[in-house]
Amino acid sequence: METLKVLLVDDEEEFVSTLAERLQLRDIVPLVATHGDQALDIVENERPPVVVLDLMMPGIGGLEVLQVIRRRHPHIQVILLTGRGSTQEGIKGMRLGAFDYLMKPVKIEELIRRMNDALSASKREDP
Amino acid sequence: MLEPIKLDPRAVLEETPPSSDQDLSPRRYRLLRRNMIIIMVLVTVLPLFSMALINHHAYRNALQREIKTPLGALVNKTKHSFELFLTERLSAVSFIASAYSFQELADQKTLNRIFRVMKSEFGGFVDLGLIDASGLQVSYVGPYNLSGKMYKDHDWFQEVLVRGEHISDVFMGYRKFPHFVIAVRSQNDAGDSWILRATIDTETFNRLIASMGLDPTSDAFIVNRAGIFQTSSKFYGNVLDPFPMPMPTLAYEANVLEMADPKGKEVLLAYAYFSSPAFALMLVKPQSEVLETWFTLKSEVFYIFVAGVFLILLVVFRIINVLVRRIEDADRQRLMTYHEIEQTNKLASIGRLAAGVAHEINNPMAIINEKAGLMEDLLQSRPHFEEKERFLKMTRSIRQSVDRCSTITHRLLGFARRMDVQIETLNLNDVVMEVYGFLEKEAFHRSIEVRLNLAEDLPEISSDHGQLQQVFINILNNAFTAVEDGGVIGIRSWETENGFLAVSIEDNGVGMSEETKKHIFDPFFSGHKGSGTGLGLSITYGIIKKLGGSIEVQSKPGEGSTFTVVLPRETKQGTEA
Repeated sequence: METLKVLLVDDEEEFVSTLAERLQLRDIVPLVATHGDQALDIVENERPPVVVLDLMMPGIGGLEVLQVIRRRHPHIQVILLTGRGSTQEGIKGMRLGAFDYLMKPVKIEELIRRMNDALSASKREDP
Repeated sequence: MLEPIKLDPRAVLEETPPSSDQDLSPRRYRLLRRNMIIIMVLVTVLPLFSMALINHHAYRNALQREIKTPLGALVNKTKHSFELFLTERLSAVSFIASAYSFQELADQKTLNRIFRVMKSEFGGFVDLGLIDASGLQVSYVGPYNLSGKMYKDHDWFQEVLVRGEHISDVFMGYRKFPHFVIAVRSQNDAGDSWILRATIDTETFNRLIASMGLDPTSDAFIVNRAGIFQTSSKFYGNVLDPFPMPMPTLAYEANVLEMADPKGKEVLLAYAYFSSPAFALMLVKPQSEVLETWFTLKSEVFYIFVAGVFLILLVVFRIINVLVRRIEDADRQRLMTYHEIEQTNKLASIGRLAAGVAHEINNPMAIINEKAGLMEDLLQSRPHFEEKERFLKMTRSIRQSVDRCSTITHRLLGFARRMDVQIETLNLNDVVMEVYGFLEKEAFHRSIEVRLNLAEDLPEISSDHGQLQQVFINILNNAFTAVEDGGVIGIRSWETENGFLAVSIEDNGVGMSEETKKHIFDPFFSGHKGSGTGLGLSITYGIIKKLGGSIEVQSKPGEGSTFTVVLPRETKQGTEA
C-alpha cells in the first residue's frame, strides 16, 4: 500500500509534534509546520496530497493558507482542524474549498479515516 | 372613598417605561382611566354647560324685551285714546258753558235742545244739569228727576268753583250704574259763578279697552290713584272695588313691571298714569303665556343638553376605555420586549464567553488527547512488562476524561451557536436530548426519574435549533421546579396524524389551578412566587408561535402538568422576527 504523506499545520507545537509521532507509528509520513509561511514552503517543496490545517494561527491565518493552497494546487486536499466550533467558520472554510472540517480534540482513527478520504479525492483530481 | 386626584399631566401620561411588575398593576390603570375621564368630562361638559346657561339668560332677556316693548306701546296708545276722549267731552261742556248764558241754559227747552245735540254729536252723555253758585240744580235734562237737587256740600262742587273744571272718579250715584261727571265753571256778566255739569257713562271706557284687542288671558282696566277700579277687571275685581296690588310708581309714559298677582301668578304689568284725571290705565299679562315660547325652547335646550352630555359621557367612557386598554397592552408589550432583549443580550454574552472558553480549553485538551494517545501507542508497541496493563488503563482513563470535557465544550459551543437565528434541518429528538443533557445531572442528584419515549423514525424538520432548545429548556425547567425530589418526568415525541411533530413533557408535580392555567403564558405571570421573571413560558409561547407551532397545557392541582408542543415540518424564514 502506498504511504500517505500529510502536512500538519498548527501553532501548538506540542500538539502537532505528538500527532505527527502517532501518525508515524501508523505508517503515515507527517510533515510539520507551526505557522502559515512555513506551511506554504513545505507545500511548494513536498507537495503533500493532504494538509491538516488549524484555522487560528498567528501571522498568516488558516483560511488564507487554505486559499493559497487551493489556488496553486487544486488537487491538494485540506482538512480543517480547529478548537473553535463556530459553524460560520466551518461553512466559510468549506466554501473556500476545504475538504473537511473537524473539531479538536479528535480521535486519531477518525482523523486517519478523513485523511484517507481526502487522499482518494486528491488522486481523483490529479491521477 | 376617593383617593386624591393628581391632575399633573406628567403623572397621567407617564413617559418613562414601567420598570417593574408593580407598574403594570391594575390600580395604575384605574387611576389613569379615572383621571382621563375627569379631565375629558370637564373640558367637554363645562363649556357646553356654560354656553347653555348663557344662552338661557340671553334669550330670556331678549324675549322679555320683545314682549315688553309692544305691551308698553299698546298701553300708551290706549291711554292717548282715553285722554282724547276725555278732552273732547271736557271741551264740549266748556264750549256750551261759554257759548250760552246762565239764563239761556236755565231755560228747560234750550237745555233739552242742547242735550239732544250733544248726545247725537258726542256719545256717552247721560244727562246735563245747570247749577247756580249756591249749589242748587237750576235746570236738568236726563232720565232722572234731579231738578232742585242741592250740591253745595259735594266735594266736586267746591273743586269746580276753585279750579274751574272737574272730571270725577267713577261712582254709582243715584243711578246705580257706574258713571262719572264732567263739570265746568262759568261766570255771568255780574261776576256770579255757575256750573254746567254733564254725566257720562263708563260704557265708553269699556269700548276703548275692548278696542285694545287683548287675548283672553290678559286683562286691562282703569284704576284711580287711590287704587279703586274705575272699570271692571276680568280677574281682579269689579268697578269701585279696591285694586288688589300695590299701586306702581307714578309714570306718564308706559312702564312694564314684572310682579306677582294676588294669586301668586307671575304677571307683566304695563301701566301709564293720565295727567288728568288722576287715573292709570293698566294691562296685566301672565308671564307664563308671554314666555311660553321661551319655556318650550328652554325645555328643548334642556333635552338637547342632557342628550349631549349623555352622548359625551358615553363616547368619553368608550374612548378612554379603549385608550387605556391600548396603553396597558403597549406597556405590557414594551416591558416584555425589554425583558426579551435583556434576556437575549444576557444569553448572547454568555454565548460569546462560552465559545471563548470552549476554544481555549479545546486546544490544551487536544494536546492531552494526543499525548495520552501517543503513550498508549508506545505502550502497545512494547513487549509485556509488569505495570503495562495499569498504564494502558490510565491512558484510556485520560482519553475518556478528554471525551467528557469535549462533550461539555461542544455543548457550550452549541449554546453559543443558538444565538445565530437560523432555520436549519434538524431532528427534534436530538434537540430534546441536547436539552435533557443539560439537566441530566440535576435529575440524578434529585433522584428524578426521566422517562424518555422518543419516536425513532421521527422525520427531520426545518426549524430554528437554538430557539427550540430554549423552548424545551424552559418547559423542562418548569417541570423540574414542579416535581418533588424523586418525582417522575416523561418526555415523549411523535408524529401527529396530520403530519406535524409533537413533543410532550409530563410531570407528576404540584399541577395548576384552572385560574393559573389561564395565565401561564401571560408575560410576568409566575406560578411560583419569587422565582424567575415570569417570562419563561411567555417567551416560549412567543417562540413557538414564531416557528408556526402551538403549545397547550393540561394540568390538575396535585396531579401534575403536561405541556405539549406541536411543530410544523417546515418553518418559513419570514415567519420569524
